[in-house]
Amino acid sequence: MSAGAPELEWRGVRKILGGRPVLDGLDLSLDAGRSLVIIGGSGQGKSVALKLALGLMRPDAGTVLFKGQSLPGLFNRRQSDLYRQSGVLFQGAALFDSLRVWEVVSFRLLYADNRPPALARDAAIEALAQVQLGPEVADLFPSELSGGMQKRVGLARAIVGAPRILFFDEPTTGLDPVTAASISRLIADQVMRLGCTAVTITHDLVSARTIADDIALLDGGRIAWQGGRADLDMTKDPRVRSMVEASMPTR
Amino acid sequence: MQQLVLAPFTIIGRLVIGVCAIVGALSLFVGRTLFACLTPRWHGGQIARQVVSIGFLSLPVVGLTAVFTGAALALNIYTGGGRFNAEQIVPQIVALGITRELAPVLVALMLSGRVATTIAAEIGAMRATEQIDAMRTLSTDPFRFLVAPRVLAGVATLPLLTGVADILGIGGGWLVSTLSLGFNPEAYARSTVAFLEAWDIQSGLIKAAAFGFIVTAMGAFHGYRATGGARGVGHAATQAMVWSGVLIFATDYLMTSWFTQT
Repeated sequence: MSAGAPELEWRGVRKILGGRPVLDGLDLSLDAGRSLVIIGGSGQGKSVALKLALGLMRPDAGTVLFKGQSLPGLFNRRQSDLYRQSGVLFQGAALFDSLRVWEVVSFRLLYADNRPPALARDAAIEALAQVQLGPEVADLFPSELSGGMQKRVGLARAIVGAPRILFFDEPTTGLDPVTAASISRLIADQVMRLGCTAVTITHDLVSARTIADDIALLDGGRIAWQGGRADLDMTKDPRVRSMVEASMPTR
Repeated sequence: MQQLVLAPFTIIGRLVIGVCAIVGALSLFVGRTLFACLTPRWHGGQIARQVVSIGFLSLPVVGLTAVFTGAALALNIYTGGGRFNAEQIVPQIVALGITRELAPVLVALMLSGRVATTIAAEIGAMRATEQIDAMRTLSTDPFRFLVAPRVLAGVATLPLLTGVADILGIGGGWLVSTLSLGFNPEAYARSTVAFLEAWDIQSGLIKAAAFGFIVTAMGAFHGYRATGGARGVGHAATQAMVWSGVLIFATDYLMTSWFTQT
């Protein structure tokens, strides 16, 4: 690890998809222990930025640095080590539908860390409790859960190994406002409890206000605005203003 | 005018690039699959699960296919043999046709319908719902967890299924020959055993192992490349069946040519 290097950094990242530059010189960094929320409209490259940070895509130009080191592009031991320090909540939860909930939550412990099943199950039940799900959920299959419960299970899977950095991809998409608020609260609580770094992408400003220390607006493939959570309501940046106003209730 | 002149070259160029891209992607996929199959770590539980899914659960369809094929083959050979007074060759030709050719090929074709499509749909759906990405972020190589167990199970179970098909196919021929063609049951069985050589059975089993790789690898390859949600998953399943079917026939011809030369 480079001394004083940010925990995560996108440096001059460019990514072209379908002949269109989705990211065009993205520069963004995040210090350890901070919770960054990247907001932006649909198709602005938020998910691509996250996938690049996770090493699931390769940038066409520029680099993504994790603790000062560039991410390797293919699945190998170094990238596997990096993944051991991170947890991810995917947009659709991405739970393995052929496995029971406890196996899904403790997947890394069972299949990457070779933890005995009894210990992995205990760890899974503990993680489920952290997201306010009882042990009776452990033996169900993901298809037997509601959307909100699936997101909770996804969150339990992300936090089970006490990661250093958490990634959340549109954590409240497709949920009703009450469930979305409870998921956002849970995320904020878990990030605080673990003391870890967090990157969230969302277009839900209610969720962003709950989760974020810092907020960055992605527009036109690069960061158009960046500030603290409190700055969101005070900025005069028209792109941020339009998002804030659009998120307010209308009569 | 210039565009019209260049059009055939554009089409040929696109075709060549497309073929090169698919051959390259398939080569890389097969390379990664073989590496995951031949080096640790192996997920024993997943392999066992796939052996049951690919092997055990295919027994009914394989058994029925073999019995009916053996029976139909006996009838056809009896009719054909009758044209030059050689009806008595039914046991020998049924045994040879089943063990060397029909059992491995038909079992593989039935499995390309039952297994390759299932694998393509499963892995394709996992791709569409980001489960494969999730697996990677959980420090688990999808090739080791998803692809290798299916391929290893396919390579291991297809010869076993073919062995079962050999027995049931010959049994089907025996049944129809003794019940409706007037053969003596004991004499039919004795002729079959006396005629068959070990290589007749072994060559079929070797083919079956190769077909097991083709069926499972094609399912996994097309599933892994699936894009575009439900439509993409459906397309992947179709492609898996078509590709595995064509490759089974091509490989069968190449292996048969090789076996008959040596």
